[in-house]
Amino acid sequence: MILQRRPFLKGIAAAFLVGLLRPVELLAATWNKTAFSAKTVMDAMMDAGYGGAADSTDIVLKVPDIAEDGSIVPVEVTSNIPGTVSMAIFAEKNPNPLVADFFFSDGAEPYVATHIKMAKTSTVRVAVKAGDKVYTTGKEIKVTIGGCGG
Amino acid sequence: MHLLAMATAAGLVPGSRTAFSAPLNDYELPPYGNVSLLHFTDCHAQLMPIYFREPSVNIGVGGSLSKPPHLVGKHFLKAYGISPGTKEAYAFTCLDFEHAAKIYGKVGGFAHLSTLVKKMRASRPGALLLDGGDSWQGSATSLWTNGQDMVDACKLLGVDVMTGHWEFTYGAERVKEVVDKDFKGKIDFLAQNVQTADFGDPVFKHYAIREINGIPVAIIGQAFPYTPIANPRYMTPDWTFGIQEDNMQQTVNEARAKGAAVIVLLSHNGMDVDLKMAGRITGIDAILGGHTHDGVPAPVVVKNAKGQTLVTNAGSNGKFLGVLDLDVKGGKVAGYRYKLLPVFSNLLDPDPEMEELIKKVRKPFEGKLAEKLAVTEGLLYRRGNFNGTFDQLILDALIEMKGADAAFSPGFRWGTSLLPGEAITMEHLMDQTAITYPQTTTTAMTGETIKAILEDVLDNLFNPDPYKQQGGDMVRVGRITYTCDLTQGYGKRIDNLALNGKRMEAGKKYKIAGWAPVAQGAKGEPVWEVVASYLREKQVISPRKLNEPKLIGVEGNLGIA
Repeated sequence: MILQRRPFLKGIAAAFLVGLLRPVELLAATWNKTAFSAKTVMDAMMDAGYGGAADSTDIVLKVPDIAEDGSIVPVEVTSNIPGTVSMAIFAEKNPNPLVADFFFSDGAEPYVATHIKMAKTSTVRVAVKAGDKVYTTGKEIKVTIGGCGG
Repeated sequence: MHLLAMATAAGLVPGSRTAFSAPLNDYELPPYGNVSLLHFTDCHAQLMPIYFREPSVNIGVGGSLSKPPHLVGKHFLKAYGISPGTKEAYAFTCLDFEHAAKIYGKVGGFAHLSTLVKKMRASRPGALLLDGGDSWQGSATSLWTNGQDMVDACKLLGVDVMTGHWEFTYGAERVKEVVDKDFKGKIDFLAQNVQTADFGDPVFKHYAIREINGIPVAIIGQAFPYTPIANPRYMTPDWTFGIQEDNMQQTVNEARAKGAAVIVLLSHNGMDVDLKMAGRITGIDAILGGHTHDGVPAPVVVKNAKGQTLVTNAGSNGKFLGVLDLDVKGGKVAGYRYKLLPVFSNLLDPDPEMEELIKKVRKPFEGKLAEKLAVTEGLLYRRGNFNGTFDQLILDALIEMKGADAAFSPGFRWGTSLLPGEAITMEHLMDQTAITYPQTTTTAMTGETIKAILEDVLDNLFNPDPYKQQGGDMVRVGRITYTCDLTQGYGKRIDNLALNGKRMEAGKKYKIAGWAPVAQGAKGEPVWEVVASYLREKQVISPRKLNEPKLIGVEGNLGIA
């Protein structure tokens, strides 16, 4: 017996999703215009406060190898780094690489599942801040025009 | 594993050669062990015996360079110890195809396959029959019955478990209808890698555990991971696919925890993807694979962190039946035998019950199927990385009938072959074109766009990472010539794009005819009608001149005959 939630939860789905983050915290953070307008991933990481991040295998990034639709690419990130306070997602070849920056208040589980828009095949990079240290990992997602298979 | 079994399978000892060239016409295959699995895949709805020419170009790059399944022609014969001129050489390679086809005849056909399945089951009590998918699409009758002819034929054949790919091009609702009604209590349709796009809930069962001679055997299903990319996404808008390694490992572990002594993956990944996956996922005893239509006589043994996995691929078009015999001792696979049996239609009596069903299915369509459109003077086939003569014919027809500068035709790997002198019937034409999105299109494209499309499709074929390949062949092009450097990466493989010998301009627009659009809402006459009109007008089809790119960096590649 396969039970799918969709038919049961249609109406109340939104409520569950919002519960993951604390909107108050988000609103409290100032909109980092410089970082979100940066044209390269290096600049965006620097401006968002993740400059010089060290590679880490404790950030688990779950993304498809090939995007089914470049306009809504699922990205799932878990940080296993203790004391994670924020987590940013970058699509390296987007015109503005910084896609999102999430802040976690005390005790919030550093887990994010979202969809991002990608212009073309590129590495999706995640940066994490824990204490005064920054970490990063990345994975290439291919965006293709499709067709012709099989 | 027994060393000898492994060596035999790999074709390393003289014994394997003797075994392989032993007469197949009586199909006596001594049973072995206590768990047997029968496997066919990618039959593409071919209920009748057909001709099918294997490719003369099937290039592997990177880690797949000149390794199975990227071996063709004489390189293939050498690797597997098959003598030229034998019926095995005819079944597995393109060598001397026209001549050999006249001697050894047609292959496949569900009535003949059924006889072989029954024969194998008689000597292998409890054996399961696994269908790797692409069963419901590829013929006129399958399209015209919405896949029902194949659903009924597969049930009668005694399929126990299946997974899918082209099945999904009938739409999500149709697939669910078959799975929930026709297959209920009979066939398990499995896919661990299909979820709802909203909550990630499973759409199909991930695996099934069946007892064979008292031994619990888990079969896990893996649907074609890139279905919504290679085929229209609007067919399955609420489902998401993908390779999904994490979920695969979890599923394997779960099946083991539930007591499975043997774990088999029924896969529609394509062989290169299966080979990579076998090295990264632990606990799978064998991957019975399809999608890439590779008829591979012996499993490739892949080592991983906790053991090893056998990887097979069982060809296409009903041409082969894979027989995997396992000796399971103390809850573990202790040895194996594998044989990929070609289905020679002349050497197997048709099963009367299946023959009856096929007759019934075809009856309402007999007149349409039999219409003679033209006679071909040359050999017509599709399979090959860059072009096939039947695709060339489709391109020629599209260019002429649409008044286009050039044409594109998708790199599908299904589609049967015709011998010189044969009549091209409507049925043959449908064998090349029977899809649920058959519209023809004409589009004004700049030289730059054309190059971008060709580069994109090339990368789906030749990306060094198998997980980034989609397993089809290169889009066929009519009139446009180019050079293709396979030592290069994305966006840098193509050069010297020319139309009728004249270099193409990046900013100039060209009128391109094509078919099989993956975007929703495309309008246009179905491709079979366009090509049928062309054939009726020509009456006689002269041998086609293949338009193929000039390849660079493939010297010594064993994927070229």
